[in-house]
Amino acid sequence: MAEKEDNGIEKPRVGVFICHCGSNIGGLIDCKKLAEYAGTLPDVVHFEDNLYTCSENGLNAIKNAIKEHDLNRVVVASCTPRTHEPLFRECIAEEGLNEYLFNFVNIRDQCTWVHMKDPEGAYAKAQDLVRMGAAKATKLEALEKVSVDINPAALVIGGGVAGMSAALNLNNQGFTTHLIEKEDQLGGRLRSLHKLFPHDLDAATLLNEIKGNVEKASNLTLYTSATLKEVDGFVGNYDVVIDQGGSEVKLTVGAIIVAVGASLFVPKDLYGYDGRTRVTQQELETKMKNNDINANNVIMIQCVGSRNDERPYCSSVCCMTALTNALIIKEKDPNTNVTILFRDLYTPGTDYEETYRKAREKGVLFIRYSLEREPVVEEDHVKVYNEYIGEEMIVPYDLLVLSTPLIANDDNKALAQLLKVPLEANKFFLEAHVKLRPNDFATDGVFIGGAAKWPVDITEAITQGYAAASRASTILSHESIEVEGATSHLPELNKSLCTGCEVCIKVCPYKAIIKNEDDEIEIIQAVCKGCGVCGATCSQQAIVIRHFTNEQILSEIYAYGGRAV
Amino acid sequence: MSFEPKILGFLCNWCSYAGADLAGVSRIQYPPNMRVIRVMCSGRVDPMFIFQALQQGIDGVFVMGCHPGDCHYLEGNYEAEKKFDMTVKFLKMIDLDNRIRLDWVSASEGVRFGQVVSDFIDHIRELGPSPVSGENPDENLLIKLMAMEVAAGTDRMRALVGRERKLIEEENAYGELVPEEKFNEIFDSAIHDEYIRARILLSLNKDPKSVKDLALEIEIDPSEILENILILKGRAQVDMQEIVGITPIYMRT
Repeated sequence: MAEKEDNGIEKPRVGVFICHCGSNIGGLIDCKKLAEYAGTLPDVVHFEDNLYTCSENGLNAIKNAIKEHDLNRVVVASCTPRTHEPLFRECIAEEGLNEYLFNFVNIRDQCTWVHMKDPEGAYAKAQDLVRMGAAKATKLEALEKVSVDINPAALVIGGGVAGMSAALNLNNQGFTTHLIEKEDQLGGRLRSLHKLFPHDLDAATLLNEIKGNVEKASNLTLYTSATLKEVDGFVGNYDVVIDQGGSEVKLTVGAIIVAVGASLFVPKDLYGYDGRTRVTQQELETKMKNNDINANNVIMIQCVGSRNDERPYCSSVCCMTALTNALIIKEKDPNTNVTILFRDLYTPGTDYEETYRKAREKGVLFIRYSLEREPVVEEDHVKVYNEYIGEEMIVPYDLLVLSTPLIANDDNKALAQLLKVPLEANKFFLEAHVKLRPNDFATDGVFIGGAAKWPVDITEAITQGYAAASRASTILSHESIEVEGATSHLPELNKSLCTGCEVCIKVCPYKAIIKNEDDEIEIIQAVCKGCGVCGATCSQQAIVIRHFTNEQILSEIYAYGGRAV
Repeated sequence: MSFEPKILGFLCNWCSYAGADLAGVSRIQYPPNMRVIRVMCSGRVDPMFIFQALQQGIDGVFVMGCHPGDCHYLEGNYEAEKKFDMTVKFLKMIDLDNRIRLDWVSASEGVRFGQVVSDFIDHIRELGPSPVSGENPDENLLIKLMAMEVAAGTDRMRALVGRERKLIEEENAYGELVPEEKFNEIFDSAIHDEYIRARILLSLNKDPKSVKDLALEIEIDPSEILENILILKGRAQVDMQEIVGITPIYMRT
């Protein structure tokens, strides 16, 4: 066992591992020298450099060193904690060390990769970072994760195609599933569509099939005309209140899926929109369903109200919608002239590109305009500056179709506040990480799928519905799970410092801090996400942010600054 | 040798740290002057860290978080901004406010990360070394920095910063909204008072002094010193030690 300090706590015995990452780090700086430097730092009792610390060999080297040198802290200087911290944590845990006794130093992504022309500067920086990392390591404390029981039931918000897909998937896995829809019937945007690209399936056929499955599902309860009213609790144990036509339904669920979809932008005041001869793509599809089109000249304008300053994003579904509808018109009567005024056409993948090719073959005309010179709509013709030939053209129409974007629902903000999840700049829901956790929210047990996150087509909405359900089932399939141990904490010793000012309660975004029955501040660890704002705010500095304590952060500052304190 | 600034960056895990990683993956090149401390949220950056970093002789401190509205923790970056603004207000008194910066970098802004870091390094390079850096730091400034840290750490300042958003945007315990102007007035006078009090406390830590001596050292009017001594007495932080002639001498309790 490692030697104990006066206070009975083990004296830190730090092992530092410097990763070459092949030539990614080792190609620019001298990793052997850096490891030797690490060996000169306080409390560092072992140092080595590895070709790849994350490889089997590297991980074994860490495990062996823990055994041989009785290490109680491990520092790896390599890539980034955002991808590799879990691996190294697991590695030291396998050797019996608490996983929080690991510290990561980023000398690749934030050092050798960004200072490739300055090896000396990069080395000096790596030295400082290793010194800071080792200093923090000596202050690290073992933390316990909290175990919470899981209610194997789910709530899916939104009865559109994404929500129905998610709910069905959960139902089929045997989880009790509750599906709420704010309208009086299922379907969402699918109800207003006509034919679905890329293979012109009838929207109604698909809708009826999915709806039929929802109605037949044995573990699934449907609430229409229902909205979410209250949410309390944490992963595995969300107590929710649903408002269904004025009456309340109370449920306890383990996971929540947000699949509220998006709304269609109505182009009031744009291009003379009137809903009759100047319509949106959605209104065109209603006309098509009713066989109510008798136009000789159809013009479609793309990117109406999108990809501009106000709505900088691409709505992603409008190009294919326009092409599909243009083809339907052409196929019905090849003599109808269809002209598409576009800025850029996005038809990714084989099927979508094929649709575009077919549209050209069938004689749909494409005219490119620019944001700087938008088309001008007159009574019976459109004046458009053709970017390709550099001339203004006059195109007659008797039906003008405006391709408008999907926009975030008005009530997203209220829902986001209820669920304590973020929205992005355009008020769509923001996932925890675009690549690493694309269907999760940062809040444990809350998931996202479909157009609530970003405009998606039906195929993608279904895929994402399944994805969200699958992510939810990773929680629901356990009887209990462990949640993050690096949370804020009011130590017993500090309780007397607390004056009950409640500033911490006010700044906590997750309602993780409450005043309990004894009128004491209590932090519910299962709810806390460890952001640390309460600790940085606490007027008495009584709250400790585990794993990012004042002492730990100051040790990094001092290690960099170098002045005795 | 040209001046190479020593810069410390506090990066939030979810946006700016990820942006910094992306800069790496994209091989965006920028000067190597900044050392990074990763925090989960920019709202974790206690003003104490910035004051301590400056006392360590670090030339510039950069705090980076998620863009407004994009915070992984919903509103942590707004809290970060409030804490940062207070720190700036203190540092303005000694002209060091331009050595700290707050900016937002998202996880997808690798290029921008490189730009804002380069820009800050250039900015600090232009300012030159911090007056409290190096072998012979300006001791007077160091004392002032220390006093600011103490002042910013008082429960009064911390409670004000913690409540600011709620008070201005929602309402106080009496159901009133505090107008921003009014709040700023209270806030600015609190900064001034707590700073003077911290100076008095730090000075009395060394040895007991008269009001006159304190006024000379801190370079403010004796009447203001006396006013604050009385408040500190009320807080049981200062007491009268003795009376020499007709002059009371004060000490720390």
